[in-house]
Amino acid sequence: MSEEVTAEILHTHILDLAADGRRLDGRGPDEYRPITVEPGFVTTADGSALVRIGETIAVAGIKLELGKPFPDTPNAGVLTTNAELIPLSSPTFEPGPPQPGAIEVSRVVDRAIRAAETVDLAALCVTPGEKSWVCYVDVHMLGHDGNLIDAALLAAVSALSRATVPAKRFGVAEADYPLQVHHVPIECTFVRLGETIVVDPTFDEEHAAQGRLTVATDEAGRVVAMQKGLIGAFSPEDVKATVRRAFVHGERLRGLAAGRSG
Amino acid sequence: MGSVGAKEVPVLLDAEGRRIDGRKLDELRPIQIRAGPLPQADGSAFVEWGANKVMAAVYGPREVHPRHLQQSTKAVIQCKYNMAAFSVDERKRPGLDRRSQEISKVIGEAFESVVFAEEFPRTSIDVYIEVLQANAGTRCAGLVAASVALADAGIPMADLLPAVAVGKIGGQIALDLKKEEDNFGEADLPMALVPQSGRLVLLQMEGHMTEPELAQALDLGVVGCRAIYEKMKEALRERYSVAPIAPIAPEAA
Repeated sequence: MSEEVTAEILHTHILDLAADGRRLDGRGPDEYRPITVEPGFVTTADGSALVRIGETIAVAGIKLELGKPFPDTPNAGVLTTNAELIPLSSPTFEPGPPQPGAIEVSRVVDRAIRAAETVDLAALCVTPGEKSWVCYVDVHMLGHDGNLIDAALLAAVSALSRATVPAKRFGVAEADYPLQVHHVPIECTFVRLGETIVVDPTFDEEHAAQGRLTVATDEAGRVVAMQKGLIGAFSPEDVKATVRRAFVHGERLRGLAAGRSG
Repeated sequence: MGSVGAKEVPVLLDAEGRRIDGRKLDELRPIQIRAGPLPQADGSAFVEWGANKVMAAVYGPREVHPRHLQQSTKAVIQCKYNMAAFSVDERKRPGLDRRSQEISKVIGEAFESVVFAEEFPRTSIDVYIEVLQANAGTRCAGLVAASVALADAGIPMADLLPAVAVGKIGGQIALDLKKEEDNFGEADLPMALVPQSGRLVLLQMEGHMTEPELAQALDLGVVGCRAIYEKMKEALRERYSVAPIAPIAPEAA
């Protein structure tokens, strides 16, 4: 019970601060926590990256294997994205089948990668209808201090843009070659705290929030995915303003994924 | 969603800007809502929307199962969206898949945004959505059905929740996509509106839209939701209206 009371006091405090455009960690409403991207973190993977957004940590690993294309897309490779919220990352995660929250992170990240046509699936086809590459994007959350979606996708695209197709190892070509990445989607997540909409929420801010909105944009100026989550509401005008902000942050984060210092 | 290697892409918009079923870009499919078809449930509704058939039932407020989900300050809303195995062309494997779980979560959160849950602490309001026949837009049809079912169950809430999906076909923003338009269109954006506040409590999007297109889609969706809202109110009025009372004969002077 005492934990519930502390949480209640903390949430009220977060909302009071937000009303003045302030946040617990001193950031402004439109400011991300420090972000670092560490590519090649896992050498056994065909591509990998470790991303930190404040104390939220995501590691993405790419694995490519030869498989069969889906019957309805015989000329394309297969891409699957999965995000695991493993118990070590937060006292609130428990072992067992994935909870709806974990499924949501996984699907929202997958949606952005898919809709942006991040990977050229046609290039992953080896023999139409028979043999194609299956590209697995697995993201493990190692630390959870809020905003899992942005960290997970940033790790995924950072890993994808440096991944290698292990063609030599699987005996379908003379040499391995880089995976072709067409578009780089970036997701930016916002939460409503009273009438203030802040970017990159922490764990505590997510719990105090009255609605969460994620917007995925790509470098071609397209919105490719959105997801509203948590209890709460946004007006169409809120959404439009948030999309604008997502484009601005998206460009900077895309630079970080590509290895430019922010 | 412009899938790679798809056989043939049908023409979604003809020269006159008509859609494959003859609709205009801002036209909804025919929608019929019936409140209270299931006498066993505390509240229920059946929605036929284009070729979608969706049933929703509400039970509660009642005891929470499993018990540990119980909250001391408010009711929990447990929403289960499910597609019948026979609801789609290729049989869907029954049971919980990740898509259904995500949809259940976002619909549940939408209702938690409007239901006065704090009036029923330590209880559960269970919302079941069963898609019997699917033709794109089932989460919106399910949300509309569930919202009418919640009202039918007498659950107090800020407002009904009309919902609709807006999409992009042949480069144009279009209201309420049907299956072919959803499969071969360029974007899909389902939303649910709280009509009285003008705010959105469900919003998802997949595909490609520019910033101005997205703004246009949001505005078109709001108009669509308001039209659905009228249908929802009509269904509830029909269920709960009584025959007008015959005027009392004037007393003989």
